Amino acid sequence: MFTKILIANRGEIACRIIRTARAMGIKTVAVFSDADQTALHVRMADEAVHIGASAPTASYLDLEKIIDACKSTGAEAVHPGYGFLSENHTFCQRLGEEGIVFIGPPVGAITSMGDKITSKQIADQAGVHTIPGYDGILDNADQAVEKAAEIGYPVMLKATAGGGGKGMRIARNEQECRDGFERAAGEAQSSFGDDRILIEKFIEQPRHIEIQVMADQHGNVVYLGERECSLQRRHQKVIEEAPSPFLTPETRRQMGEQAVMLAQAVDYISAGTVECIVDQEQNFYFLEMNTRLQVEHPITEMVTGYDLVELMIRVAAGEPLPMSQDDIELKGWALECRVYAEDPVRDFFPSTGRVTVYQPPYEDGKSVRLDSGIIEGSEISVYYDPMISKLVTRGEDREEAISSMQDALDEYVIQGVSTNINFLAALVAHPRFQQGDLSTGFIEEEFTDGFRDTETTVDAPDVPIVVAGIVHRLYMDRAARISGQMAGHERRVQDSWVVIVGEEHMSLSVKPFQADCGYRVDYNGSNYRVKTDWQFSQQVFHGTINNQRFCLQVSRQGLGYSICYRGLRIDALVVAPNVAELYRFMPKTAALDLSKLVLAPMPGLLVKLAVEAGDEVKVGQKLAVIEAMKMENVLRAPADGEIANVAVNLGECLTVDQVILEFA
Amino acid sequence: MQDIIDQLDAKREATRLGGGQKRIDKQHAKGKLTARERIELFLDPGSFEEWDMFVEHRCVDFGMADQKIPGDGVVTGYGTVCGRLVFVYSQDFTVFGGSLSAAHAEKICKIMDHAIKVGAPVIGLNDSGGARIQEGVDALAGYADIFQRNVMASGVIPQISMIMGPCAGGAVYSPAMTDFIFMVKNTSYMFVTGPDVVKTVTHESVTAEELGGAATHTGRSGVADLAFDNGAEALLMLRRFVNFLPSNNREAPPVWPCNDTPERTEFSLDSLIPDDPNKPYDIKELITKVVDEHDFFEIQPDFAANIIIGLARMQGSTVGIVANQPMVLAGCLDISSSRKAARFVRFCDAFNIPIITFVDVPGFLPGTSQEYGGIIKHGAKLLYAYAEATVPKITLITRKAYGGAYDVMSSKHLRGDVNFAWPSAEIAVMGPKGAVEIIFRADSQDEEMVKKRTAEYTARFANPFVAGSRGFIDDVIMPHHTRTRICRSLAMLRNKRLENPWRKHGNIPL
Repeated sequence: MFTKILIANRGEIACRIIRTARAMGIKTVAVFSDADQTALHVRMADEAVHIGASAPTASYLDLEKIIDACKSTGAEAVHPGYGFLSENHTFCQRLGEEGIVFIGPPVGAITSMGDKITSKQIADQAGVHTIPGYDGILDNADQAVEKAAEIGYPVMLKATAGGGGKGMRIARNEQECRDGFERAAGEAQSSFGDDRILIEKFIEQPRHIEIQVMADQHGNVVYLGERECSLQRRHQKVIEEAPSPFLTPETRRQMGEQAVMLAQAVDYISAGTVECIVDQEQNFYFLEMNTRLQVEHPITEMVTGYDLVELMIRVAAGEPLPMSQDDIELKGWALECRVYAEDPVRDFFPSTGRVTVYQPPYEDGKSVRLDSGIIEGSEISVYYDPMISKLVTRGEDREEAISSMQDALDEYVIQGVSTNINFLAALVAHPRFQQGDLSTGFIEEEFTDGFRDTETTVDAPDVPIVVAGIVHRLYMDRAARISGQMAGHERRVQDSWVVIVGEEHMSLSVKPFQADCGYRVDYNGSNYRVKTDWQFSQQVFHGTINNQRFCLQVSRQGLGYSICYRGLRIDALVVAPNVAELYRFMPKTAALDLSKLVLAPMPGLLVKLAVEAGDEVKVGQKLAVIEAMKMENVLRAPADGEIANVAVNLGECLTVDQVILEFA
Repeated sequence: MQDIIDQLDAKREATRLGGGQKRIDKQHAKGKLTARERIELFLDPGSFEEWDMFVEHRCVDFGMADQKIPGDGVVTGYGTVCGRLVFVYSQDFTVFGGSLSAAHAEKICKIMDHAIKVGAPVIGLNDSGGARIQEGVDALAGYADIFQRNVMASGVIPQISMIMGPCAGGAVYSPAMTDFIFMVKNTSYMFVTGPDVVKTVTHESVTAEELGGAATHTGRSGVADLAFDNGAEALLMLRRFVNFLPSNNREAPPVWPCNDTPERTEFSLDSLIPDDPNKPYDIKELITKVVDEHDFFEIQPDFAANIIIGLARMQGSTVGIVANQPMVLAGCLDISSSRKAARFVRFCDAFNIPIITFVDVPGFLPGTSQEYGGIIKHGAKLLYAYAEATVPKITLITRKAYGGAYDVMSSKHLRGDVNFAWPSAEIAVMGPKGAVEIIFRADSQDEEMVKKRTAEYTARFANPFVAGSRGFIDDVIMPHHTRTRICRSLAMLRNKRLENPWRKHGNIPL
C-alpha cells in the first residue's frame, strides 16, 4: 500500500479523497493555485504544494507542475479526482514514465474510451447495445430516407461537427426526413463550414442511466448497480439517484453485464462508468464510458456500502477486489443534489464571491452526507466550476431518501452567493419527481419559463405563513419587554395578526401557549400547535407543527421576514389587523419585471457598454462588461429585443442587482 | 349637560373627518394616509392622547372667518411606542392643505414644550403645503416659534421628522434642525425654493422629485437620513428606530432582552481581510456579525457610502456604529463622509449612546474638488466630534489606519476608551509604497531598491506592533473574538464618567 498520495484536484472532491486516504492511514498532498491558498482541501491535507496561478491551465491542468509536486513531496501515487487531468492520457503516461502510480485506468483504456467513434466501435464489437444508425456520412436526402427506413422512425439527423442543437433535426416520417436533411446540412454548412450529416435513431423521452464498474489488475470486473442522472439542465446533471426508479432487475442485470464486457474489452482497471440512454421500453444504448471517478459516485457508495475511492486506491496498489459480483447488493435508496453557486431566478447565472454565512445541514453519516469543499468565509472563485457541494441522502426506500433530502435542503444555509438550493428543493418536491417520472427533458418541460422561487407549489403552504406569525409574535413579545415604559401603560401584544405576502392578506391568531412553551395558531380554518426553541439570530427554524417535525429558513428583511420552505420563498410582512387595512391604501410597488431588465449579477465596475437605447439586439449579443475581482464578466442579451433604456453610465461602480438596462 | 356632551360628540366626529371625506379619499388615492391614520399606525394601539382638538385659527382676512375646521390642520398629542412615551404631531393635508397658521404652530409648540419638560422624543409627521398665506406674518412667526423650540430641544430630547408630503420654503428648517429626517419615496419632497422659482431665477428645468424628492435627499444632498417605499412602511420603521433611542439626554438608551450571547465567535471573520491590501471587502459583514442578532439599522446608506453609520444593539443595549467602507472609494474620508459621520457621532454623544468605530482608512481623498470644497473644515468636524464625545468609545482597526485619518477615527489620542487592532492592522503615516517614495527618494529610480525598501517598511510598520508598543492600541485581538471583546469592553465602560470643561458651547468648525 502507498504511504503518501497526491490529489491533483481541488474543492469537494479533493477533500473527499483526503478523507478516505486519511482513514486508510495514507498521508496526503494537496496542490493549490493562487486562488486556493486558504481553501479547505489545502488545510485538510498533510502537505500542500503551490502549483501556480489561478487559471486552471496555469495550475491544475499543468501536468508537469503536478509531477514536480509528486517528486518534491515523495508522493507515490496520484488521484486525479474528476475533471482537470482525470481523463488525460498524456498525464497518465507521464506519471508512468516517472514511476508514479496513476490511481485510475491504464493509458490504453483512457485513449480508446476517450474517442467517441472508437469507443462506439469497441462497444459494438464487445456486444454492447449502441444506438442504431448508419456508420457513414449521408450523401443526399434520398439516402437519408433509405437509411431512416432501415433504422425505423423517429430518427435524428445531426451534423458531424454539430453542437448546441445547431445542425440537428428530428424526423418522424419520410417528408420530415427529407426536409430535415436539407436544413441540417444547410445549417451545418453556415455554422461550422462542414455539411456532413449522420443519421441515427432518435430516442423519445430518454433517461440517462449509467453503470458503475470496478476492475482490478487481476482480471476481476464487477458492476455496482446503476445511477439515474436524467435530471439535467443544459446537459449538466442536477439530481442523481441510485438505484433508478425505472429499471427492472432484468434490465439492470443486462446493462451491468454489458458494462463489464466493455470494461473487459479494453482491459479496464479502477473505477469507470458506462453511460447509457434508456428509452421508455427499457431498451438501453451505450453513450460513452467515463474513465474516472464520477461526481455522483457517493450515491453508489450509499447503496452498496463500498468506498469507491478506497477501492480505487487498493486496486491501484495491486490489491484484488475484495468482493465478487454476488456480494454486491443494493440496499436502500440514495439521492444526490448538486449545490451550485448560481442564481436560478436569473437564468442560473453563476454567482461568485465570499460565502458570508455557511451552515451545512446536520450530517449523521447514515442518512445525510455532505461532500463539500468550502467553509464559512470561503471564496467562490470565477476560475473554477461553481459547484459548492453535493448533498447526499439515503433512506430505506425512495420516499425516505426524498424526505431526508427535503429536510436537509431546508436546513442548508448559504449566504453571500446565490445558490440553487431553492430550485433543488422545488425539483425534489415536484410531483413528477416524486413519482419517478424522469427524463433528460424534465427541467425544460416543467420549468419552461425558468424558475421563480416565489411561485413554487408546496404540500403545506400554511406552514410558512404560520411561522411568519410566530416569528413576528416573538419579535413583538420581546419588544414589549423594552426598558423605560410608562408604568401601568406598558405595551400589550395582541393575538390577532395579518400576514401580508404580495397583495394577499392572511388573518391569523397567534397565542403563546404557556404550558409547553409553544404557540397556538388559528389560520385558514385550521388549528396549529407549534413548538419551537427558535430565537432571533438563528437562520434555521426547527420545530414541530401538530407534533410533526419540520424546519425552514427565516431571515429578517427590513420590517418583514423572508421564509424559505421546500423551494418556496415568501416575503412576509406581519402587521396588526388595523394596520393591514391601512396598508391597502399604499401604492402598489409594481414588482420588477425581471425578464425586461438586465441587472448587475455582482458588484463591480462597468467597463464597457456595448449598446444604447433604441438598439435592436439578438439573443446572446454582448450588452455590457462588468469588471469584478479583476475578471471581466460579459452580460449578454437573454432574448431578442429592443433596448428601451440604459440606466447606468460607463465607469460606474455597480452594486449587485442594480438595473443596467431595460428592454422595451 | 347632555346637550354639551352631544355637542362634544358632534365636534369630535367632525374633527375626525378633518377636511372631509372627499379630501380623505383624494389623499388615499395618492397612496397617502391621513394625519390620524398615520398616528394610529405609528403609536401603540389605543395609546394616543390627543390635545387641542378644538383649536381653530383666528384669521379673518380673505374670507377665512367662515372657514374653520377644528384642529386647524394638525393633530397633536402624545402616546407610546412599545410602552415608551413620545410626543407627536401630524399635519393634516386635508385641512387647508396642512398649511401652517399661528394656531397650528401653537399646537406644535405646546407639545414640544411638554416633551422638553418631561424628557420624551418629539416626532413630527410633516405633510404641509407651507405657510398659510392668508395669515401672513403670523404664520411666519409660528414657524420661528417652532424653530426656536427645535433648537432648545436639540441634544435634550430626540427629534425626528418624517416627511410624508410636501415640505417647502421656511417649513424645511424645522426638520433641518431635528436629529433625523426620514422621507417617503415618490410622495414627499423638500426644498427651500420650488421648481417654478428655480425656473424663473436660474432657468433650470427640474421636477419637484428631482429637486427635492427622497432619492435626491438621501443620495445626493444627504439632507435626509432614510427613504421608505411607502408611508406605512415608513411609520413602522420609525417605531423600530424609536426603540433604539433614549427618551432624553439624561437617560441611558433602552435595553431589551437579548437572545444573542456575548461569547458568540465568528471564525469566518478571520478570513474577512483579503491577502491583497488593495482588495476591498464589505465592512458590513463585520458589523452584522458583531452586533446582536445580526440586526443593524443603517442610516444614510445611500449618501457618502464610503463611511457607514447606524444603530445596533450589544447585549440588548443601543450602540452607534461608525465604519469605513473599503468597498467605496477605498473607505477614505472626504467632505461628505466626514459630515455624515460627524453629525452621527455628536448625536450618539448627546444621547449617551456608546460609539463603536471600525477603522480601515487609507487617508483623506485628494483632489481639487475636495480642497476647494473645504475638506479641511469638514474633516475637522469629525475630528471635533470624536474628540468632544464623552460616551464610551471603542475602536477596532481592521486594516489600514493611515495618516491624519488614523487620528480622526476615534484614536486613543482622542480619548478612545478601548482601542483594538486585528493582526492585519497597519497603523502608519501612509502606505508602504508612498512612504518609501518619500523617505528613500534617492532610490526611486532603482526598482530593486524600491522593492527592498518597501519590504523593510512593510515589515517595520505594516502591523499593529509599533502602535501597540506606544500603548496607542490596547490589545491585538483575533477577528473571531471581536464580539466578545467589544461586549466586555462595553460592560466595563457602563459607568464611565467623563465631563468636558464648562463652557457656553464649543465652536465646532461649521
